Amino acid sequence: MRVLRDTLLVFQRSMGQTLRNPVWVVVGLMQPIYYLFLFGPVLKPVAQLQGFGGSAYNVFVPALLVQMALFGCVFVGFGLIAELRYGVIERMRVTPMSRLSMLLGRAGRDIAVLLFQSTMLVLMSIPFGLHITLSSILIIFALLLLIGLGMACLSYGLALLLRSEDALAPLLNAVFLPIMLLSGMLLPLSLAPGWLRAIGHANPFYYAVEAAREAFKTPLAGSTVVVGIAVAAGLAALTISWAARSFGRSVA
Amino acid sequence: MSITTLRGDTPVIETHGLRRSFRTRRGEVEAVAGIDLRVDAGEIVGFLGPNGAGKTTTLRMLTTLLEPSGGEATVAGCDLLREPRRVRERIGYVAQGGATDPTVTGRRELVLQARLYGLDRATAAARAAEVLAALDLEACADRKGGTYSGGQRRRLDLGLGLVHKPQLLFLDEPTTGLDPQSRAHLWEEIRGLREQGTTVFITTHYLDEADALCDRLAIIDHGRIVAEGTAEELKREIAGDVVTVGVGNHCAEALRLLEHQPFVREASIDEGTVRLYVERGEAAMPQILRLLDGGGITLQTISLARPTLDDVFLRQTGRSLRDEAA
Repeated sequence: MRVLRDTLLVFQRSMGQTLRNPVWVVVGLMQPIYYLFLFGPVLKPVAQLQGFGGSAYNVFVPALLVQMALFGCVFVGFGLIAELRYGVIERMRVTPMSRLSMLLGRAGRDIAVLLFQSTMLVLMSIPFGLHITLSSILIIFALLLLIGLGMACLSYGLALLLRSEDALAPLLNAVFLPIMLLSGMLLPLSLAPGWLRAIGHANPFYYAVEAAREAFKTPLAGSTVVVGIAVAAGLAALTISWAARSFGRSVA
Repeated sequence: MSITTLRGDTPVIETHGLRRSFRTRRGEVEAVAGIDLRVDAGEIVGFLGPNGAGKTTTLRMLTTLLEPSGGEATVAGCDLLREPRRVRERIGYVAQGGATDPTVTGRRELVLQARLYGLDRATAAARAAEVLAALDLEACADRKGGTYSGGQRRRLDLGLGLVHKPQLLFLDEPTTGLDPQSRAHLWEEIRGLREQGTTVFITTHYLDEADALCDRLAIIDHGRIVAEGTAEELKREIAGDVVTVGVGNHCAEALRLLEHQPFVREASIDEGTVRLYVERGEAAMPQILRLLDGGGITLQTISLARPTLDDVFLRQTGRSLRDEAA
């Protein structure tokens, strides 16, 4: 009960800050919109190639959504470093509030923003030729929620560990560009040579992207979706427990 | 050195051998090397020490932010190691660096803070309004923290520490960097807290602050408490007081009259005056007057000088606090 109440309080505080300065919500949405308008049309003829099943946008938009989840949530740690510096985190740690709530309240805001952006992107993609069904929407939103949660918690955990923007920025950039390229986000990995595909299969986001694409196929293969969701859920569970412990531990 | 005081009967803070060591590249460093501390209900206790002496480490342990490496402590009636959550419910903490977000208004922060302590929405709002009024922050209550002056920000920090009416409040260097007027204002607030029965534990760099505000002081150096007592007791421990008696050209007679009195530790003649080192100057002065009067010596001037807290600090730590503060 306490966890729920405290999570809601932290969520409201974080959400309030985001809504009073919503420029980042818009900036986060601008990037996929650019891809949609400026890169999507290029992709249309490529869609006839092997590896793409179905319409170009049904292949392209799910990957854009996963990319937005990844990049939208992985940089949230910067906000936490600012809060650390202001002393807000320490102030909260002296209260009897739940440590898990400090994490989940903030991650909840990040997911709310992400799901809003995703809804906007899906709606804008429909005129381009994205075909959606109820199941595709449910699956993709479940996936995005789990990916966003996992990434946000990872980012918060790293922020608590490094406590400096100068250390966090290069680390995130060094790690996340290869993860993105190896997930088959931009082009399906089935187009890649064998060795690259092999590395990609070790990347959890590969399964998430596969599941996201599968969600927009008819008929869809249940196993791909289940694997993708399971991998994303596992990743989220890992990062939540790690980051929540960091919030609880002494931050000197 | 006596730890006991007669003020209250229940200690609000009681520690035994509280320690904290840190691992560094050069091995283990003992930041706090086992301290025994007792703070009674309703006291304002000042915690003094040079930089790196272990002040902030001690404070962070007592506020549950840092786990002790050893020893035990009871804070606000709860065991620090076994019931940190219950300790948190009962204490307030104002960190040295402050705790306000420049993007959020003072009122919002206060309401949130009160709610994190379990107050419902209406009570939290009422309590925030009360604190804003008490700390003279009503005019800027609905402005973002980033627009506050240094004094306003510090008062908001204080408000965040006491919005839930803690029985024990920890203040880490509360007035550092404030202008004299804001400092005086904050002192008033802190004294007001004592009147409401709040116990205040305060670290400070300023001797005038310790002198003016605190009922009792503890000096920490190299992770240990090296002196403890009221400011008066600490100063008296040093060398007593200095009474300087001006008697014109009757110095030798005056000296003969006074130097063997039991209350005089040491006496000397210094350019037309007699300097007397006495245990307690305020008690010695009437006796001196009486003795000189009885001896027929006309007293021209008499002055009483006390060792300052800086003298105490210098003797206990080998460093001057003034240098530290600079």
